[in-house]
Amino acid sequence: MSSNDKKYTPVQQEYQALAKKHEPKRPVLINCLKAFLVGGLICIIGQAVQEMFVHWAGFDEKKASNPTVAVMIFLSVVLTSLGVYDKLAQWAGAGSAVPVTGFANTMSSAAIEHRSEGLVLGVGGKMFKIAGPVIVFGVVAAFVVGIVHLIFNPGAVGGGH
Amino acid sequence: MIFLWAFLVGGAICVLGQICFDVFKLTPAHTMTLLVVLGAIGDGVGIYDPLIEFAGAGASVPITSFGNALVHGALDEMKKTGWIGVITGIFKVTSAGISAAIIFSFIAALFVKPKG
Amino acid sequence: MLKGHQSWLFENNPVIAGAAAIVGPFEGQGPLAMDFDIIHGDLRLGQDSWEKAERTLLEEAANLAIEKAGITKESINFLVGGDLMNQIISSTFAARTLQIPYIGVFGACSTSMESLALAANLVNSRSAQYVMSSACSHNATAEKQFRYPTEYGSQKPPTAQFSVTGAGVGIVTQNGKGPYVTSATLGRVVDMGITDPFNMGAAMAPAAVDTIQAHFRDFRIEPGYYDLIVTGDLSKVGYAIANELFDNNKFPIHQTIYKDCGMMMYDYEKQQVQAGASGAGCSAAVTYGHLLRRMRDKELNRILVVATGALLSPISFQQGETIPCIAHAVSIENEVRET
Repeated sequence: MSSNDKKYTPVQQEYQALAKKHEPKRPVLINCLKAFLVGGLICIIGQAVQEMFVHWAGFDEKKASNPTVAVMIFLSVVLTSLGVYDKLAQWAGAGSAVPVTGFANTMSSAAIEHRSEGLVLGVGGKMFKIAGPVIVFGVVAAFVVGIVHLIFNPGAVGGGH
Repeated sequence: MIFLWAFLVGGAICVLGQICFDVFKLTPAHTMTLLVVLGAIGDGVGIYDPLIEFAGAGASVPITSFGNALVHGALDEMKKTGWIGVITGIFKVTSAGISAAIIFSFIAALFVKPKG
Repeated sequence: MLKGHQSWLFENNPVIAGAAAIVGPFEGQGPLAMDFDIIHGDLRLGQDSWEKAERTLLEEAANLAIEKAGITKESINFLVGGDLMNQIISSTFAARTLQIPYIGVFGACSTSMESLALAANLVNSRSAQYVMSSACSHNATAEKQFRYPTEYGSQKPPTAQFSVTGAGVGIVTQNGKGPYVTSATLGRVVDMGITDPFNMGAAMAPAAVDTIQAHFRDFRIEPGYYDLIVTGDLSKVGYAIANELFDNNKFPIHQTIYKDCGMMMYDYEKQQVQAGASGAGCSAAVTYGHLLRRMRDKELNRILVVATGALLSPISFQQGETIPCIAHAVSIENEVRET
């Protein structure tokens, strides 16, 4: 017995079944393929950028990831500003939303959109509208993981305070 | 070779996201949040760094690596300065990404109008 | 006068003396383009913000309707209008410019017929000489308020609808040339527990069916009385559901032609609109542009326009609420209705 039964009347449940029947099926397989292609391609571009920093700018692999991420973010902001990123996303779905370029798109699109409400309350106040949950939950998750490490692996935690 | 793995692993993580969209009907915000948390857990159990070694940008470009970086920051700082590092270190590694996103977005907002 | 439980019969024959429909560039690429008064090429209408563009759209439609009715702004007693914005600012600020005594209404996408019904009632009951009825929406303002920033890359599911950039205005008066507003049925809120804001067609279909059945019950007529029954913006998914609901209820909708404005606005082949059009401006622009033109050409003589609205807010949705909906019906006829 699902909790939904308590919330909805039989008439409503019957209707919801009818509505579900009429819902066009999402082309899951094709969407996954498109996401795979675009996501993979964006990662290849990221890899190429990273190789450039390693070979031409003398960074080591670890240190190169920072400027690489910055370049990817820059590219995403440019595509968002040109009004191209949202068109790509309708086709690519998660392929454009999941890479860090998607993260930059959430922030730049919100900033650009809310410019009309001013720099402070609009751009400043609304920039994290969609990206906020990612940062909040990322930080909370990192905190929890850290605490778990503290409990189960106290040797890894340094001394000295 | 690393390019091939970058393509395959990066693509696979995106497929995970697409399944969240189409099968579980999650919103993009919910999906990205889930992936970040998975990345954090991934680093917590020590599998994400090897994945980055193996797949390069295929693991460092998706949003999951953000979770990984946040955990890195916390753990590295805890190693250096003790338990307080779990709070003081979180943003250390991801500073580049977040700062870049804020700065570039702000500049874009100054010069660009939305196209609709 | 009151007819049945929730309907009005306008026995004093108010007429639509002038009407205007103005749309944005995307709507201008659709199949009804020739029937709109003005198609704007710039989605921002040269304004500083999307919100200012929406109110400009409405002001232009209002002024054009006044011109076509052959009157001055000062003759209009009341403006009954609404839109999708928080606090219906598009209509409010247009009312500020027009300086007409203002009755703001909110029915989401059912606003066009809600306001036309009220306008006809005011005129019919001799409470006003001229009443302006308006509804408008704008794709960018709707996306910005209800969904995501316009440049955000989100993949819309096949049940999603595209908010129309458009304004429709009608001026109702007692004596004059023009089609008659003969009756109206006001709907009640219907909520069948749909929660997906990207599938509003499914949420609104039951409300449309409820109001349509109430209309025929109150007036004791058959669907065949009308040449066309058209819902506001159920679009593909909602339209199919409504048809099935009519069949299940053994309601003889097939005595007449039943269509949906949301399915008429865009070209499904050339324009990427998933299930179809939505927005308060959808039924308004289609009615005041396309349908009235067909009535002028005598292709249609009696129509029933049933505008449908989804009455959710971003907060109600985030708090896990379902989507309550409503539909309001207004009949427009070329001849006076025999009572």
